[in-house]
Parts: sequence; structure tokens; C-alpha cells
Amino acid sequence: MSFYSPVRLNSAEADASDRLHLFKFVDDPDQSNLDTFEGHGGYKALRHVLSSMQPAEVIETVKASGLRGRGGAGFPTGMKWGFVPKDSPKPRYLVCNADESEPGTCKDRVIMERDPHAMIEGMAIASYAIGSHLMFVYIRGEFAHCHDQVEKAMAQAYEKGYLGKNIFGSGYDLEMIVHTGGGAYICGEETALLNSIEGHKGMSRIRPPFPAVEGLYACPTIVNNVESLTAVPHIINRGAEWYKSLGTDKSSGSKLFSLSGHVKQPGNYEVELGFNLKTMIYDSAYGGGILGDKKLKGVIPGGASTPFLTPDLIDVGLDYESIVEKGSMLGSGAIIVFHEDTCIVWVIKKLIHFFRHESCGKCTPCRDGTGWLEQMINRIEAGQGKPGDIDKIDEVCGNILGRTVCPLGDAAVMPIQSSIKLFRDEWEYHIKHGKCLVKSDFKF
Amino acid sequence: MILTNASVASIQTKMAAYPSKKSAILPAITIAYRQVGYLSEDIYVEISGIIDVPAVEIAEAASFYTMFPKKPVGKYLIQVCHNISCALLGADSLIEYLEKKLDIKKGETTRDNLFTLISVECLGACATAPMVQINHDYYESLTPVRVDEIIAELRSQA
Ligand SMILES: Cc1cc2nc3c(=O)[nH]c(=O)nc-3n(C[C@H](O)[C@H](O)[C@H](O)COP(=O)(O)O)c2cc1C
Ligand code: SF4
Ligand code: FES
Repeated sequence: MSFYSPVRLNSAEADASDRLHLFKFVDDPDQSNLDTFEGHGGYKALRHVLSSMQPAEVIETVKASGLRGRGGAGFPTGMKWGFVPKDSPKPRYLVCNADESEPGTCKDRVIMERDPHAMIEGMAIASYAIGSHLMFVYIRGEFAHCHDQVEKAMAQAYEKGYLGKNIFGSGYDLEMIVHTGGGAYICGEETALLNSIEGHKGMSRIRPPFPAVEGLYACPTIVNNVESLTAVPHIINRGAEWYKSLGTDKSSGSKLFSLSGHVKQPGNYEVELGFNLKTMIYDSAYGGGILGDKKLKGVIPGGASTPFLTPDLIDVGLDYESIVEKGSMLGSGAIIVFHEDTCIVWVIKKLIHFFRHESCGKCTPCRDGTGWLEQMINRIEAGQGKPGDIDKIDEVCGNILGRTVCPLGDAAVMPIQSSIKLFRDEWEYHIKHGKCLVKSDFKF
Repeated sequence: MILTNASVASIQTKMAAYPSKKSAILPAITIAYRQVGYLSEDIYVEISGIIDVPAVEIAEAASFYTMFPKKPVGKYLIQVCHNISCALLGADSLIEYLEKKLDIKKGETTRDNLFTLISVECLGACATAPMVQINHDYYESLTPVRVDEIIAELRSQA
């Protein structure tokens, strides 16, 4: 059996390490089978939790571990679980977010393709912790292969009695539904995701109420990213203290980073939080340096919606706090690298096209604003820029920022504003001369 | 009837699992798309009959999701990712290459109805760029040689 995707991984390193854990077995072609997974210690944590831990203890353990959401916002996972009202008579739901659509991000896919039981075990523990008896995984529609792997794993788990009624004789019942999306980035936003499961258009909801109080079918719902949930069994097995000892003080644990763009060795790499970004890009065990040994021009450190870092800013730890200090965000951990032959206006043109296309259309600043931005930026890119355009773009950005129903609006403008701040010369050159300072002419 | 008995059965199974029948809309659309290759008014009406939700609500949901073609496409729907990570590694030149090779423009279908070429937003394969999705399969880390092989392979299967 071979792997579906040819993506490069540091599984061997994870396997040799006592600290890395998410990628330990993803190079075993049989890991997606329940028996092999169990042989590697799988379902031990679920068994332990169901036989000897109270739900509140599980939440406390995850809180103490310092685990923060890997879907982009970095919100403390245990704290979120604690928001589910204790006295609500309504059913509760756990939803695993496997929409993975932020450009640059391709990590959750590895877990679903190669180690789907790891995700299912994490989902089951989270469900128990919040008192849910029905859990969903929302997989982006294009990931047909992930869907098949997860459904197969789910069927095996049901067959062995690890899902369904009275799991491990504990009296706890849990059902699972695999729901696939329809190719809309906005459905990764948790409230749009819930609307999508309910059969509506995938548009975001106004908060409050927050999903933990009123989510799916107006019932308390916890939405967590695939990677966040996959970390949970390890926290149960090795203890909160162990997990807390990984990474940095405020960003504990390990994290998957998707490295793409102009590096010699793009791939998915598991490292402890706080790992140096420059090492990630240049070290031969990871990115291996810039394609063609060209000069680095910029890095998008956390997916298409995060501000740029220039080469002088990349000697930084990949953790939530350090990246913010440099003016960007860790986001989903998607590091996109581009070298000196890349036109910054061209990069922004690609990004704004994406956000305009993916805006759900619910609120005017985002719907119309991203449209205007795309028009203006396309015009500049095509050599028809006019004096004053940069300030106009900045103004439109300012009118979107913080004024939208969901964070997609902010996501669309942050890279634009950052490009103007860091590469204003290049924007001006483009407008003045009607062409790129450097032409992005990339051949595949 | 357009939907096969097997498709109807899987829609019914899906529907039974959810707390609400409306939740079966997207699964039903997906099952229909997997069988037929595109969506249509007739399909919405059939789904409406199976899950007992007005056809207009099914059409409305379907219109939101760009992944499902709303009109017939070629036997092989080639979807080239044109977002940033793929673009940095030559997605634009990949599209041009396919246009030349298939002798069509983006958005068109070849005369023999074998290939439709479109470009799409990020498909979550950014570290194996550039890439395309053809029907339900991903083809990653593409080179011109590999593209030639894939097209030849698909032609020979057709
Ligand atoms: C536009 C948009 C797209 C998002 N896409 C995803 C996604 O694909 N996967 C994901 O896990 N979270 C995504 N999120 C974040 C989710 O809304 C949510 O915060 C997350 O799933 C919570 O899980 P976590 O706490 O484990 O990170 C997105 C947010 C926004 C605003
Ligand atoms: S910010 Fe954009 S994506 Fe979010 S609700 Fe408003 S229109 Fe929709
Ligand atoms: S940018 Fe092409 S797959 Fe993500």
C-alpha cells in the first residue's frame, strides 16, 4: 500500500522523539487500520477516560496541559469545553472542524488520510468531557479520500464497540456522523459550519450566542480543529505536566506546520511550539533553503490571512506570542515562503481574489469591500494604477477591519495592509511605471 | 428517475443518522453529484421527494456551494488550484499548458466531451503544489511530464 499524497513529512524524526507525537506513526502504511493503531497505543486514552475519569477531570487535565486551538485562533481548548452550560437539559454536540481551506494549510489532511483513528479517539474523549452523545466531523467536500479513510476507520471503531452503545462497558453511548462540505472556505468558520450542517447556506451567524451555549440545532456545541482533538489522547496518556513541558511557557505542545511556496523541501513538519522559523525554512531537515538559492523576500507565517514577515523578522519562535510580537500571527501554521522574483502586488492579487470569492455575502463591508479591493488591485496589477490608489485601498481596508460579522473580513485585509506597510515602495513603483518591479513568472 | 436505487438508499441512510432531516440536504447533494457529475433542477426535485424538504431549499443550498457543477461537464473535470502556494510554483503556467494541450480555454470543454478545464480555490494540497483535482482524485507535485502522463492515461481509459 502506498500513501495517497506524496507530501514530505518528518515522521521519522517524530518517531525517534519522546516529545513529538502527532506524526509518530504516519509513515506506517497500515496505521489507518484499527489493529495497527491499537498496537501503537491507540484507544488506550479513551479506555482510561471512560473507565476511571469524570468528565470534569478530563476538562481540568486539558486545561492544565495548556493546549490551545490549532484551527487558527489559539483559544485554550479546556477553557472552551468548560463553557458548555452544566445545567442545560438540551443535548450537546462535539464537532470536529476538518474544513481545512485556508490557503497554505494542508496538515489535518495528513491525520485523516494516515491516522484517522487518532482523530476519532480525540473526538470521543472530547465528547465524553462535554457530555455529548453525538459527534460530527465536517470534512471539506474535495477531500474525498479523507472522507473514505475516516468512514472506514469509523466503521471499524463501531464494529469493535469503540463507538456506539456502552463503550468499553462504561455505560457511555456515542454516535458519530461524517459530514462533507461543498467547497466553501467560509464553512471553516465555526458558525457557518454549523449552518452548513443544518442544511442552510454556509453563512456566519452573529455572536453571541456562542456555539458553546447555542450552537448546532440551538444546542450547546463545541467546535475544535482536527489537530487540537488529535493532541488530546496524548495529553491523557502522558499527563498535562508532560504536555506543558513541550513548547514554550504560554504556547505548550507541538504543532504541525505546512511549509509551502519557494522552499526546496515543502512539506508538513511537526515541531514543538517556539521552534525557530528561520531554521524551519533553511535547515536541511525541514525546508532546506530557498528554491534556486535565491534571496528570501517574505514569509506569510500562519496562512493566507496573516500579515507578512520580511527577512529581518524571521529569526523568531513559531509560537502564538512571538509571532504576534513581530506583527503577524501563528494562525493555522501555514508558512508560505516567496523569494526575490515575486511581485508583491501579484501576491496580493492572488490573495484578494480568494477572499472575495469566499466571502459569504452576509455583511456589506466584506461582500462589497473585497469586491472593490479586487477590482482596484487587478487594475494596478494590469498597469492601470493611479496616484492615490494606495491610500484608497488602505481606506477601504480600514472600513472593513473590525466591522464584519465574522473574521473573514479582517482576514482579507490584514495581508493587504501589511504589504502596504512593508513593501510600499513596490506598490508605488507598480503604479508609477505601470508594471512590476520584479515579474512573477513561475513555470511549473 | 436520475438517481439510482443505490444513491437513494445512501441518502436515506444518511438522513436517518441526523437529528434533523434538513441536515441531509448537503449529503444528498454530494451523493447526487458523485453519481451524476453535476446538479440540476430535476435532481433537486428528486432529492426533495426523498428527504421531504422543499426543492427550493435544496436549490438554495446547492447554489451556495461552488464545488458542484450546475451544468454538464466533460467526463473528466480538471480543477487546477490557482491560489498562492500553487501560483508560486507555476499554477498559471500549468493552466496555460493544459489550455494548449487540450486546445481549449479555461472554462471550456473539449469537443469530444472528455475534458473540462477550470481553476479553483486552494484544495489543501499546498505543500505538494502545483496540483489539480480531476473528478474526485488529487494529482500533486505536478511536472509537465507528469501532466502528459495523466492526460494520456485518462484518454486511454475513456
Ligand atoms: C473564515 C474562517 C475560516 C476558518 N477555517 C477553519 C478551518 O478550515 N479549520 C479549522 O479548524 N478552523 C477554521 N477556522 C476557525 C474556526 O472558526 C474555529 O475557531 C476553530 O475550528 C476552533 O477550533 P480550535 O479551537 O480547536 O482551533 C476558520 C475561521 C474563519 C474565520
Ligand atoms: S465577514 Fe464576510 S464571510 Fe464573514 S459574515 Fe461577513 S460577508 Fe460573510
Ligand atoms: S494553494 Fe493550491 S492547494 Fe493550497
